[in-house]
Amino acid sequence: MSIKHGLLALLRVDAKYGYQLRGEFEAATGATWPLNIGQVYTTLTRLERDGLVRSASGEGNGDGRSMYEITDAGRTELTSWFETPVTRESRPRDELAIKLALALAVPGVNVTSVVQRQRVSTMQALQELTRLKRNSRDGDISWLLVIESMIFAAEAEIRWLDHCEAMLSRHRAAQSKQHDSLQQGGKQSDAGQGQAPNQTEAGAQR
Amino acid sequence: MILDIRKLTRVHGSGEQAVHALRGVDLAVAAGELVAVMGPSGSGKSTLLTCAGGLDRPTSGEVLVDGNDLTTLSRNAVAALRRRRIGYVFQDFNLIPALTAAENVSLPLELDGLRARSARKYAEAALVEVAIPELAGRFPDEMSGGQRQRVAIARAIVGERRLLLADEPTGALDSDTGEAVLQLLRDRCDQHGIGGVLVTHDARHAAWADRVVYLRDGVLVGQSGPLPEADVLLQETR
Repeated sequence: MSIKHGLLALLRVDAKYGYQLRGEFEAATGATWPLNIGQVYTTLTRLERDGLVRSASGEGNGDGRSMYEITDAGRTELTSWFETPVTRESRPRDELAIKLALALAVPGVNVTSVVQRQRVSTMQALQELTRLKRNSRDGDISWLLVIESMIFAAEAEIRWLDHCEAMLSRHRAAQSKQHDSLQQGGKQSDAGQGQAPNQTEAGAQR
Repeated sequence: MILDIRKLTRVHGSGEQAVHALRGVDLAVAAGELVAVMGPSGSGKSTLLTCAGGLDRPTSGEVLVDGNDLTTLSRNAVAALRRRRIGYVFQDFNLIPALTAAENVSLPLELDGLRARSARKYAEAALVEVAIPELAGRFPDEMSGGQRQRVAIARAIVGERRLLLADEPTGALDSDTGEAVLQLLRDRCDQHGIGGVLVTHDARHAAWADRVVYLRDGVLVGQSGPLPEADVLLQETR
């Protein structure tokens, strides 16, 4: 999440104090990404270092805090942010996909229960989001857009989990079929050589 | 409890061919609560709903609706309970094409022996509840899918229903219309103390429920919710 660009966007119209930026950021995103005031000032310091904002001169409010305003370089940066699509690669790696892949690769993990636990958790998040949506005002469009984005993401994750589960059970069915036919084939060829080898084989598989 | 299902088992067929649709399911739904049931096809969702609504008889177990055990009542008594206390909403609406919206809604009451004029009054009130009083005189094929589903919901809530059972009620609707239907079901539970059970494969719609339970091969395997109380601080800042 780009706090940096969020703050630049809020400064586009006029100069603001850090605490104002924090309040407006949370109002626009529906407090979905709560910012602490420390994050705001750290980000402002970096933006100032990079020449994207500057402290408005002589506008201190007594407690040493100053107002910040956007520079021309900041405006250019902001415009380019809005004009550039967010790429899939710029997002963090999907921990859940990696977790499931490893659960399958490592023996002794019950993948089905990993999937089910995740489903319960994601559904609970989706229920929370739906409640927020239900309780929000109709006119609150930017907040609703943010909630919907999270609803779509949670919904997609649950659908993907359903899909994983279906794939896994098909895969297991196919494997056990293959396994059965191998065993049967083995029995036929072993028919003349007594039962002993089959028994050891079955014992080893348990 | 509006609905209290205990150790519900339903076996179709017998011997080698026996299919265990449900195996010892427990599910309780309180007044004002909406519970969603999710699961892959064949997991027993619809069987659970038809048993809860008295449309199917369990092999064993109890189904208590408002304290009455459907499994011990006579066929007629179950039918009467179904007409008075239980409302059903289906994916394909199941409206009678030759009847107007108001007639479709008042039909169960008239079947129950209520005089046409009072049944009509209840029907009109139910159509107000679902926000389509102006469509009372329309026939189903003169309405959109969303409007038809509203009529079906009006029919399911008309009179003094206590239990609302919905089987994929949004399956035939576009997503906005589907959300409006969920809002309506939710409001019925919140404001009228009805208990609701919603079968759906759609996570977005299940998320409107207080609890979501998961069926696999006739067994409940998990539950999401109920949610903790809403975050008061967050609400106040909005």
